[in-house]
Amino acid sequence: MSLSHTYKSDVHIDWCPGCGDFGILSAIQMALSEMNIEPHRVAIFSGIGCSGKTPHFINAYGIHTIHGRALPYAIGAKLANPNLVVLVIGGDGDMLGIGAGHFVAAGRRNVDLTCIICDNGVYGLTKGQASPTLRRGVKTKALPKPNINDAVNPIMLAIVSGYTFVARGYAFDVRHLKGLLKQAIQHKGTALIDVLQPCPSYNDIMTKEWYGGEDRIDPVTGKPIPRIYKLEDSGFDPMVHKPDEEEIVQKMCSAIAKSLEWGDRIPIGVFYCNPYVLTYEERLTSRIPNYLQYPPALQKIADEDGHPIANLEKLMERFKIK
Amino acid sequence: MYKSNSLVWRIGGAQGSGVDLAASVFARACAIGGLNVFGTREYYSNIKGMHSYFTVVASSKQVRAHSNNVHLLSSFDSETVVRHALSVVPSGGIIFDPSVVKEDISKIPTMEREYVKRVLETLKSEGLGESVEDVLELAKKRDIVQISLPYLDLLKEVSKLVAEPQLSLLMRMVNIMAVSAAFSLLRYDFEFLSQSINETFKEREKIAKMNVKAAEYVYDYVRQTYGNILKFNLSPIKSSEERILISGTTSVALGKIAGGVRFQSYYPITPAADESVYLEDIEVFELKSEVEVESSIMSKTGSIVVFQTEDEIAAITSATGAALAGTRASTATSGPGFSLMVEGLSWAGMNEVPVVVTLYQRGGPSTGLPTRHEQADLLFAMHGGHGEFPRIVLASGDIEEAFYDAVMAQNYAERYQLPVIHILDKALANSIMTCRKFDPMKVIIERGQIVNKKDLNEEYKRFKFTESGISPRARLGDEGTIFWNTGDEHDEYGHISEDPLNRVTMMEKRMKKLDTVAKEIPDHEKLKIFGEESASNVVVSWGSPKGAILDSLELLKEEGIDVCYIQVKIMKPFPTKAMEKNLSNAKKVIDVENNYSGQLGKIIKSELGIGPTHYVLKYNGRPISIEEAFHGIMSAVKEDKKRIVLTGGV
Repeated sequence: MSLSHTYKSDVHIDWCPGCGDFGILSAIQMALSEMNIEPHRVAIFSGIGCSGKTPHFINAYGIHTIHGRALPYAIGAKLANPNLVVLVIGGDGDMLGIGAGHFVAAGRRNVDLTCIICDNGVYGLTKGQASPTLRRGVKTKALPKPNINDAVNPIMLAIVSGYTFVARGYAFDVRHLKGLLKQAIQHKGTALIDVLQPCPSYNDIMTKEWYGGEDRIDPVTGKPIPRIYKLEDSGFDPMVHKPDEEEIVQKMCSAIAKSLEWGDRIPIGVFYCNPYVLTYEERLTSRIPNYLQYPPALQKIADEDGHPIANLEKLMERFKIK
Repeated sequence: MYKSNSLVWRIGGAQGSGVDLAASVFARACAIGGLNVFGTREYYSNIKGMHSYFTVVASSKQVRAHSNNVHLLSSFDSETVVRHALSVVPSGGIIFDPSVVKEDISKIPTMEREYVKRVLETLKSEGLGESVEDVLELAKKRDIVQISLPYLDLLKEVSKLVAEPQLSLLMRMVNIMAVSAAFSLLRYDFEFLSQSINETFKEREKIAKMNVKAAEYVYDYVRQTYGNILKFNLSPIKSSEERILISGTTSVALGKIAGGVRFQSYYPITPAADESVYLEDIEVFELKSEVEVESSIMSKTGSIVVFQTEDEIAAITSATGAALAGTRASTATSGPGFSLMVEGLSWAGMNEVPVVVTLYQRGGPSTGLPTRHEQADLLFAMHGGHGEFPRIVLASGDIEEAFYDAVMAQNYAERYQLPVIHILDKALANSIMTCRKFDPMKVIIERGQIVNKKDLNEEYKRFKFTESGISPRARLGDEGTIFWNTGDEHDEYGHISEDPLNRVTMMEKRMKKLDTVAKEIPDHEKLKIFGEESASNVVVSWGSPKGAILDSLELLKEEGIDVCYIQVKIMKPFPTKAMEKNLSNAKKVIDVENNYSGQLGKIIKSELGIGPTHYVLKYNGRPISIEEAFHGIMSAVKEDKKRIVLTGGV
């Protein structure tokens, strides 16, 4: 029995043939299985669009929310019960368009969760409008005119927003993506994985063939020269090894510089990882000492007779008239 | 005018100068003397400098609303004199600083131009000039007693007394001095004031001592200078009940803690933010007894996570996420924030998530009158959100009730698995009132149907079709109950389904919860009836006008008018049958509301087919006073006026 079997649900997957979402779904199922996390401990939150359907295909708690808001739903659940393993999955429109405010705010908090962006440059389910990651001047097939907006750089935005683990994957390198997911889930804090993925129906520019470099044949080997390359193969070190300012600044800057590479060479892998930032949950323990042992969702609120367990007398003390 | 130990006192001044503190010291001193107290605050959307004022009603009998018939006005600045002098009743008193009387009214920069114009016209029509002393002159014509208090000179004396030569450090004590002067004129025992000051500055003993000294000095000075210049006084009474003096937002916050809310999200907005800030202040609280957290690990404390979000969309969605994990969760906001929440509300309705939105209305539309009062979001609370989904809208009428309602909102949400909107308003939020101490034994927490895994003989279906429409809930993280949620129409498991038959069954499952609600919730939770049930004049209202209406019932009775007052509490599902019963014998149905269009009236009309016959409405941003409720209802009953628009308040 393959391990990932336990994470498959019996719901028909209605993505287009060749959709990058398939690779992302497999990578999630494989990562969770290999990490041997029990399905009931996992809660997967999604937004709207093709990627929004992902939770239905996974045998774990699956919360398919509204457009752009998966992050705050997920954060609420995680803060109520920090024992949950929380994944958030959304499209580029979800996270960087309608939900951009939440995306930035999440970086300020560093709640322990993993956020996955299915980044294909288009709004697929509404038939191919330009998304926030589509570059200016690009005309994908459903656009009547070339895109007039500049693109958001998800890696750079995540880093400046405070994300403590920032990576990019490629939907059709499932093994590599699975590896990134495992690292992200293990990372204590908010992790972002921006996953490049073709949209076979509406993005006729950044296709599987384009990422694979099939338009660029090596004259010596006769093989395509892929645009995608792995940061780890190039000796790039994303880790903040010690929590000092200089080290952090240097790692952030080199990650941002790397994130600007595009076109002929597109890096995937981990851009930045700083394990030294306190998570929001840890910050809460400075105010609520037993928060992690006795979080909101696990608190008893009533006694056997149904009366409040909180000591109201004590709380009313300062309002009492003596 | 001045009736049996029932005082209306007002203090005004620039925002940020300590008017609120002075008023709370005054109110507390009255309460310590056994009196019943109601206090309400008016302020601009401004941090420092604009005019704010506080009205305190203190009485031997119960008081539940404010009055604009002021008996004693305390002021230090010119603006307070100009704005409020003529609200003082004949033989009432004005305390003012003689150094401001020469000021030119048109030079007071913080008064709206249109207001200045109105004041000057009034003065002109009385043959008076354009300075503050002309206002005082007019007050004198109306038999209002003038008490000049040279604050700066008094402060200099106090500075010697407390051995603090720097007057600037003492400026804030002027407030306490004003309060003390008032009590001296009212011949109210200084001991109560001293105790109130000490309690107010409990953690700052030095400041407390200085203030008591200053207060004592002024109390004696006023006594010696003015003696019994006022014809009335204020006397303490014996009170045997255990009482608290508390604000609306605090009352709701305590109700949330009592009711088991352990996650509250919010985005800062007036007047809702106070509730969340207070909750954060008490985030760790004692429990009645130790509880076991994990095997052999005990806890003596409980806690609430107060989560300040990036916007109100994140507020409702994070609270919903927390509720999915099994926490009692809520968020608090006002109109503009609620506007942002409605998409999330619709999702919570679709996915049957128990989440509570505490909605403090303020003046709209748009930014409207952001720090002022209105009740114009009732229809919005009942209908906001796309599509049809069940919800409960629960309206509180006073501060004491708001505590118990905050618990009931949670109970309803979990019993029926739907969003509950607990609707209040600015007048309730920012008022203070002496209440009977809240009784936790009156509070029963009901968590509704939670799935029992042992009884599960099939795969768990979160949205299982049932007779009542309610399907047992599970929490994220529990073993054996994996479920899915989606904003799309879904099957019993929570997976997307566009099948037309499933749609019909699922829609009916959700919507019939409202029938279950209507059936299960008893009438006395849905509405409250006061006065003569058989009366042919019936007043219908909801929310904070309750206090003024109740306090006016006695006055109406004195005029020989019997009135039955129905306070509607559950606005959705609307208690149609109970209303029909109570309105069947009414000749006049008088709708009293703080809005333009009579929103409750519209609902009654659509539910019963017949609506109110008379409307008493107010939408100038100020709450309805006792006299206004009285005159408004009188005009409807005696003069048969169909639409009475109230305009009181400064």
